[in-house]
Amino acid sequence: MCLAIPAKIVALLPEEQNRALVEVAGVRRHVDTGLLVDDPPRAGDWVLIHVGFAMSKISEEDARDQIRTLTMLGEAEAAMQEVEGYGLGET
Amino acid sequence: MKFVDEFREPGVIAKATEEISRLADPARHYRFMEVCGGHTHAIYRFGLKDLLPSNIELVHGPGCPVCVLPMGRIDDGLSMAQDPQVIFTAFGDMMRVPGTQGSPLEHQARGMDVRIVYSPTDALKLAQKNPGKHVMFFAIGFETTAPSTALTLMRAKELGISNFSVFSNHVTIIPAIRAILDSPDMRIDAFIGPGHVSTVIGCRPYEWIARNEGKPIVVSGFEPVDVLQSIIMILQQLKAGEAKVENQYKRVVPWEGSRAALRAMSDVFELRPYFEWRGMGFISQSALRLRSAYAQWDAEQRFQVPGVRVTDPKAAQCGEVLKGVLKPAQCKLFAKECTPEHPIGALMVSSEGSCAAYYNYEYRKAGALTSIGAPV
Repeated sequence: MCLAIPAKIVALLPEEQNRALVEVAGVRRHVDTGLLVDDPPRAGDWVLIHVGFAMSKISEEDARDQIRTLTMLGEAEAAMQEVEGYGLGET
Repeated sequence: MKFVDEFREPGVIAKATEEISRLADPARHYRFMEVCGGHTHAIYRFGLKDLLPSNIELVHGPGCPVCVLPMGRIDDGLSMAQDPQVIFTAFGDMMRVPGTQGSPLEHQARGMDVRIVYSPTDALKLAQKNPGKHVMFFAIGFETTAPSTALTLMRAKELGISNFSVFSNHVTIIPAIRAILDSPDMRIDAFIGPGHVSTVIGCRPYEWIARNEGKPIVVSGFEPVDVLQSIIMILQQLKAGEAKVENQYKRVVPWEGSRAALRAMSDVFELRPYFEWRGMGFISQSALRLRSAYAQWDAEQRFQVPGVRVTDPKAAQCGEVLKGVLKPAQCKLFAKECTPEHPIGALMVSSEGSCAAYYNYEYRKAGALTSIGAPV
């Protein structure tokens, strides 16, 4: 559970504080960006997400590295399951 | 060697292993501890042990949240959910971890309202959707996860959601490393530092390990190349007679960590005077409880907590394996009574537990099972 999942910020949700819509391998989910308040992400940025929260901003290249790591570790499917589980069936 | 073809750059791996062989002193036996369970998983998954000279031993550390949780805490959490008004929520990792009367999943089969959540915010939403019920979130994890629980509690307070509580089992990594270094039966030459915990706490909290204990520590990423490069960095330090904190995982880990995450943690949590760790006993100031400002959302304040202390099954040697004194296969129950399908101890449950990792990769590879290298 220490592995983090890379996601691309699609949009920030102005109606809710610190919420963003992200995309992970074609799946869109809401995540909380409250841990990035000191350097808020913008649409198009890549972030690492962990238990529904964006933990840190990363470069697109590092995001691709991280996707490969998850795949190599055999964790990609578990990661997708986790992402699909966020938000009780949102979007 | 099964997974070598999955490596991004086999050439880089070969160069890295050559460099390791060059740096390692054949007259010395090295013991490096990988603190994080994610690294343990990666090391077994990629068969990295086979790529290292035989005098470099990797020792598995305590960084697997479900593995270090004493069985009594699982029983305590489940006892709160005996009340039919209570919905028990936890991450999937927790669901198959055995308590004395069975795992959360087994309690679910007996009628308890047990639900898997992927985020603490899901548990909070569940509370909002079920105003007639009380939703208790069984929180586990190191500093990687604690800030998310903290922000969820801050939101619960802001929104005045009163039918939600957190049973905090959050632990902190530094006291665990200290306990290992203080343990008389443990000799570690250097540490492969945790990756994602360090995105939160940064690299400074490790400085005492280098300064006071004289041991190198290199914060590492999770790819095979990352782990091998971290081992090179450790060997270079040892060869030069140095002990420093280095950051191999700079692309993700900032030296200073995440101020916002640390702020959220300290706003909501305070250190417990002591906390019991499975196999390691009571460790001072090693776990987090909710501050009094959050008492209303603290499951330990809202419910009667039996505070049971359960001794692990006598034959199981989880403690010795957790501390790195025994290898998984040296436990009497390994692959006999205790398997991933029927785990006796939590180390066999989580993919980050060294027993499960060893069973799925090493043990199967050894031909004990036919599905060699099958993804799990």
